[in-house]
Amino acid sequence: MAWVNAIIEGILTGGLYALFACGLSLMFGVMKVVNLAHGDLAVVGGYIAVGIILLHVPVLWSVVIVVPIMAVAGYVLQRTVIQRALDRGVLTTLIVTLGLSLVIENALLQFFSANTRGIGSGMTLVTGSFSLGSQIQIGYLLVVVFAVAVAVLLGLQYFLSRSTYGRLIRAVADDKEAAQLAGANYRHVFGVAAGLALATVALGGIAYGMYIDLDPTAGTDTILLFAFVAVVIGGLGSLWGTLVGGIVLGVAQQIGAQINISDELIAGYIVFLAILVLRPQGLISRRAQT
Amino acid sequence: MSLITEVGAPPAVGFRVTRSRRNVAWTGIGALIVVVVLAMMPTIVYSGTTAILVQAFIVLTLASMWNLLAGYAGLVSVGQQGFVGLGAYFVLILALHGASPFAALPFAAIGCAVAALPLWWLVSRLRSGYFAIATWVLAATIMLVIERFSSLGSGTGLPLPGLSGLSATYLAAYTYWAALAVTVLAMLAMYLLLRSRVGLVLTAIRDDEVAARSSGARVGLARMLVFVVAGAGCGAAGAVLAISQLQVQPSAVFDVQWTAEMAFATIIGGLGTIEGPIIGTAVYMVLQQTLASYNAWYLIILGLAAIVVALFARRGLWGLVDSRLHLRLFPVGYWLRTTSGNGRRGLGSFRGARTGTS
Repeated sequence: MAWVNAIIEGILTGGLYALFACGLSLMFGVMKVVNLAHGDLAVVGGYIAVGIILLHVPVLWSVVIVVPIMAVAGYVLQRTVIQRALDRGVLTTLIVTLGLSLVIENALLQFFSANTRGIGSGMTLVTGSFSLGSQIQIGYLLVVVFAVAVAVLLGLQYFLSRSTYGRLIRAVADDKEAAQLAGANYRHVFGVAAGLALATVALGGIAYGMYIDLDPTAGTDTILLFAFVAVVIGGLGSLWGTLVGGIVLGVAQQIGAQINISDELIAGYIVFLAILVLRPQGLISRRAQT
Repeated sequence: MSLITEVGAPPAVGFRVTRSRRNVAWTGIGALIVVVVLAMMPTIVYSGTTAILVQAFIVLTLASMWNLLAGYAGLVSVGQQGFVGLGAYFVLILALHGASPFAALPFAAIGCAVAALPLWWLVSRLRSGYFAIATWVLAATIMLVIERFSSLGSGTGLPLPGLSGLSATYLAAYTYWAALAVTVLAMLAMYLLLRSRVGLVLTAIRDDEVAARSSGARVGLARMLVFVVAGAGCGAAGAVLAISQLQVQPSAVFDVQWTAEMAFATIIGGLGTIEGPIIGTAVYMVLQQTLASYNAWYLIILGLAAIVVALFARRGLWGLVDSRLHLRLFPVGYWLRTTSGNGRRGLGSFRGARTGTS
């Protein structure tokens, strides 16, 4: 029964990993940016939530405040820094986002110390669980996070495939010069895409703060690497692939933890390497974008 | 092992192709003098100073290797700390079996070169940004695997045995010479590699990968060679690190901060030039020594400086020098100049920031 429990928990943590990953995938899909500061920005979102909660704002309201803040931050970051880097090439983009990552991580360390911070640690949502049968226990939080992830992916898919603005984003992603000729301001569209990406990863950062605990290094040690592994397992450039990849990663980690508690991380990475060797285009393959 | 199937047409009449606009023999002599002076350091200064220099040599070796990867082969690796850690652990393993850590150092470099082959096979399927994070995941995986061995101290690591017989003075001096030797050899290997045909292929890839492939350059092979050399260099630096720290701790040797330091030293100094990492390392060491007491601040400043340089002075500090003086101390490219007429400035238009092959 412990195994069933572990697998259910693995599937549900896949939702959390999908929240980490879909923004990374979106930014790569639209503007070919691999944002190495993605995880650190999630942690920033989490820390802003911690700060807001200290002002006696209810935890759930902090989510409503943080997500728009991070969306605006994403737009501004894209228009000011990342776009400049993009104009100078892929290498510069990587260097600049790596620099951002280092700056954010050490600034958090400097101002908030290395202590871990949880979000909403006293709430029923965070600590409570319900039982199925006599032995299976499922935390409310993971179910809610999974539902949020599915809702975010559904929303993104609907937005990108049905709405006028989504069509514009896809047009710019396909060929930004042609879209520009047709009257679209691709820089603005890139900014909007970055805003969307940071809004989703801010949700991921807050959920991470509730599920485990935030600390300044979580952004690179955990969030960025898990997001990337989920993207590669699921298939580069596929939105639902991030959920599939997240679930595979989550299940692999939980099975690893069942075998030996210290094998949790390594099991996830072994699955990642196996996918890289056996099916480099990922499980859900649109033609592998390189 | 020919990397290019056909060498380009001979230069047109009236032009001469040289390595450099200036005679660089004095650079070689100068470099030799610098190395000799550096080698005499342990007899001149206190061991506190040589310890700082050892640190500088480690950063310089790492930065040169990262420069080779990113600046010449277009491979942005964020996982070079994997090789630093492997090098440190190879020394530890050999020392645990009774070898002298100094004798183990070359084997650590070779071990890392061998380890680089399967790792390259794994990550070479991915490009640019995804390559970067994949190398990072690999480094994390290597650390997790090593932490599983309780004979290697699991998650806490072990002190390095085999050096207790040496007096502190000799140990400091030997460590210093080992670090200096690693740096000189790494830079020499890089210089010779870049002046070889591989260097020509790499320049072609950097300027236009598709064109390079279609004219028969064996892009994959050249990149693999660079990855292996960089693995060996970073491994050797990791081995020096283990010897200078006298202990090996997984979270310290596999810290992604190593990659951040080597990348930013390179970028600030000047990506894609041999001189760049030297200047970058100097800047890094000055920053680190002056700001060391302010905890994380030097990393924040380093990161900000790297962002600013990457955005506004792409060719780094050395690029600023080069664009004024047309000076290359270690020329690895070719320089096209007219043999007749007023060709003192050469064909300046042939060597913009993009080609940078003087």
